Amino acid sequence: MVKNIATARNDFPILNQQINGEPLTYLDNAATTQKPQVVIDALTHYYETDNANIHRGVYTLAERATEAYEGVRQQVANFINAQTDEVIFTRGTTTSLNWVALGFARQLLQPNDEIIITVMEHHSNLVPWQQVALQTGAKLRYIEIDEHGELDLTQYGELLNPKTKFVAFTHVSNVLGTINPVKQMTKMAHDVGAYVVIDGAQAVGHFSVDMTDLDCDFYAFSGHKVYGPTGIGVLYGKRELLAEMNPVEFGGEMINLVERQTTDFKPAPAKFEAGTMPIAQAIGLGAALDYLTSLGWSAIEEHEQSLVTAAYQQLNKIDGLTIYGPAAGPTRSALITFNLNGVHPHDVATVLDTQGVAVRAGHHCAQPLMQTLGVSATTRASFGLYNNLADVERLIAALVETKEFFQV
Amino acid sequence: MNLGNLSDLYRQLILDHAQHPHHHGELASADQTVTLNNPTCGDVIKLQVELKDNQVADLAFSGDGCSISQASASMMTDLVKGQSLPEVQHEIATFLEMLMGNNDADEDVDALGDAAVLATVVKFPARIKCATLAWKALEQAIGEANNHE
Repeated sequence: MVKNIATARNDFPILNQQINGEPLTYLDNAATTQKPQVVIDALTHYYETDNANIHRGVYTLAERATEAYEGVRQQVANFINAQTDEVIFTRGTTTSLNWVALGFARQLLQPNDEIIITVMEHHSNLVPWQQVALQTGAKLRYIEIDEHGELDLTQYGELLNPKTKFVAFTHVSNVLGTINPVKQMTKMAHDVGAYVVIDGAQAVGHFSVDMTDLDCDFYAFSGHKVYGPTGIGVLYGKRELLAEMNPVEFGGEMINLVERQTTDFKPAPAKFEAGTMPIAQAIGLGAALDYLTSLGWSAIEEHEQSLVTAAYQQLNKIDGLTIYGPAAGPTRSALITFNLNGVHPHDVATVLDTQGVAVRAGHHCAQPLMQTLGVSATTRASFGLYNNLADVERLIAALVETKEFFQV
Repeated sequence: MNLGNLSDLYRQLILDHAQHPHHHGELASADQTVTLNNPTCGDVIKLQVELKDNQVADLAFSGDGCSISQASASMMTDLVKGQSLPEVQHEIATFLEMLMGNNDADEDVDALGDAAVLATVVKFPARIKCATLAWKALEQAIGEANNHE
């Protein structure tokens, strides 16, 4: 069934409430998205009718749960244009990226090999690489940003060399909103024989991603940022690389045969999914992907672009307000990070909250980027498919109030 | 517009301290320096303390933070400068209890001077760590000095 984006807001029960006497204006979608009724219903339905542990049981209920869980793997594969056995379920983007760094990169890296990441990475695509570099003696190098908050591809080209073994970057910056040219960057890395790992946490859910087209080696995203439950995420890896990659966690269900001294693992994806996986959450993720598909990418993209364009134009008119990252347009995703001169972001967020407007203030788990920008914290408004122009108006009005309150 | 609560949090006294913090800067005579950060938001405070004759002879703070953290640091420095260490330690404990919403310390709260107004921060749980950062830095500075004796 095709759904209409204009009425999508009604599908999210949480949005229908007041906060501090004002309508909830939820603008922290880059941190987590709200859940449509169909996702909540899928979780309830699973627990009310299908709950059993997967893969092990021979009884009907267990078969039903297994079928539902594996069905979502197939659905994710279709959603990102990959093969079913290239989709691993994880706890979220952070786990996905850690597994690549610890289970794949660590065994390949030699002293003086080089890992390239970008200065705009979230800590989840930064700290694992830093740790792997420390453990293997590899060097960690950074792609810098230009004055528009876009990656300096010339400098990236200069960093690449035959010692480069891994290049890891975010698809969309969670602070600058920059949509990176990931296909081009992947090609450049492959030209020197490096593996490419992409953090898709801020991309999936806003526009379509295609693993076959991108040709990256690994790609990670989270369920809870695509209108699905927390506790479920995805790691995509090319089939031949997943065959080489080691599991980071060991235990039940991921084995073929365990003897006293040795264990033979199952092939991917099972070898990575030790223990009881978040089954209900996977099924909830399936419902979320169905929901996105029913709205259609072009409607979601067009709607979010119209919001971010309106927000950018109006924020730009506020005296003493600095916006970070590219101008509204093809390289900016659905979020805007800014600072109000003379008011700390925490104070901004507190005043906004009294007016029902939920934004994020702080370093956004991107401290090296904050250091590069020369700020300790920023305020971020991030949009989702259910936001509307009234939300933008409320944000702007609340910021004007904030300025008046602090007399700046 | 619901600014009632807000005026509670941002009383004029707090805004005054935040905009014109006392004892802000570097302290050349410092014998203890503690740098603390609030990992949830990245705010940093550097607190420098000169301890003499079992007293806080002088102190100064610098760093980057929101109005609550800056005001709290400013009020704290006003309060403890020239006081004895046992007195200061008791006030730190009272302040931290107050910010945990613990009423047992009520009768001591008046002794906190301007800092007593920060009791309203309890109503804004996300901001409690902003208010306590400077006090934890002072607690640590005194603790480290004691360890070295």
